Amino acid sequence: MMIAKTEADNMPHDGHHHDHDHEGSELSPLALRVKALESLLVEKGYVDPKALDVLIDTYETKIGPRNGARVVAKAWTDPGFADWLKRDATAAIASLGYTGRQGEHMVALFNTPETHNMVVCTLCSCYPWPVLGLPPVWYKSMPYRSRAVIEPREVLKEFDVSVPDAREVRVWDSTAEIRYLVIPERPAGTEGWSEEQLAGIVTRNAMIGTGIVTA
Amino acid sequence: MNGPHDMGGFTGFGPVLHEDDEPVWHDGWEPRAFALVLAMGMTGSWNIDEARHARERLPAMQYWHSSYYEMRHSAMILQLIELGLVNAMEEEQGHMAVPAKPVKRVAKADMIPAILASGGPASRPSNRPQGFAIGTKVRVRTFNPSGHTRLPRYARGKAGEIVAVHGTHVFPDSNAHGSGEDPQWLYSVRFTAQDLWGKDTNDAVCIDLWESYLEATA
Repeated sequence: MMIAKTEADNMPHDGHHHDHDHEGSELSPLALRVKALESLLVEKGYVDPKALDVLIDTYETKIGPRNGARVVAKAWTDPGFADWLKRDATAAIASLGYTGRQGEHMVALFNTPETHNMVVCTLCSCYPWPVLGLPPVWYKSMPYRSRAVIEPREVLKEFDVSVPDAREVRVWDSTAEIRYLVIPERPAGTEGWSEEQLAGIVTRNAMIGTGIVTA
Repeated sequence: MNGPHDMGGFTGFGPVLHEDDEPVWHDGWEPRAFALVLAMGMTGSWNIDEARHARERLPAMQYWHSSYYEMRHSAMILQLIELGLVNAMEEEQGHMAVPAKPVKRVAKADMIPAILASGGPASRPSNRPQGFAIGTKVRVRTFNPSGHTRLPRYARGKAGEIVAVHGTHVFPDSNAHGSGEDPQWLYSVRFTAQDLWGKDTNDAVCIDLWESYLEATA
């Protein structure tokens, strides 16, 4: 189901026990609570406010699904790299400069005519940050976390993805520190494309398994 | 624990709502809350398993009603207060009332890229023998611990097959409770939709499970 941006989160954003007014402030009670905690933790010397800015900038501008798209495009064009990804995805991905937090132990899942892979974390929201950035709201939502394992095909339909009955839908529940990157099938009609062109058509959802790459 | 976080197999939460060209944040407080959680994690006051367990210990209705960043924020406040890094009055008022407690590290801005790039690997050396090989048929033990576990309820008692061996990793059930890392062999185990849900399809779910969750089937 596709929805407008303002309704993206089907759960309330706001706090649950603040019913007092904040006249003159446009911030929600939750926003005020976060702001107050930041002031307190800075005052106590536990956090450096400039470090917070660097963290935010990193995940806004430096780490995102374009990284993963480069991995996929290279796997499509370089059989040696694809083989390396199958044997040791952590090292192969690190060779492109993507390492670290929430990607310490990577596994690449190659879609084939026999298997469609799809990734979830039913227990929290584990996600391969170095290659995909921070997870989208839907990945962290209760509907996805609850339903992906029991009715993956119904969930895929909500993403307009239809997998033939004969093809196994294999859902990977990220319960440990292994992080999964789906390598979608390369679409027909992309013969001779450059790595850069190919990276341009790889979507984030395709690398989670809730999308198909089309030329 | 059989907490609100253990979502696999529930129905009733509605369709998966997704948007095109989703922005990284949906409200101005989200990046601040996100960065605070990461920066406090970098003080070394808790490990990842303790942080996950704090989220699971939120009251169920609060957990299900919170957005992701709100839930992370609430769980961190729980930890800060439990560890005495902050007291409840300070949290309410946003001002320091009692001196700070020493922490192992304060991450400065120039340290962030290196900290993120190195991450926190969970693999650890261990002398334990590897119990299962790829292809081994196993059954998941049935247990309902009061503390933290990474064994989802929907897999308990189910039969599956080892499809990957990941070496020895920190055991969250121990590490979340100050009982040490106790590294164990970690496996990917494949379960058919038939065995998990009684569904007559070709589909399957693979779950990463530690050795003590499993027993070989005779």
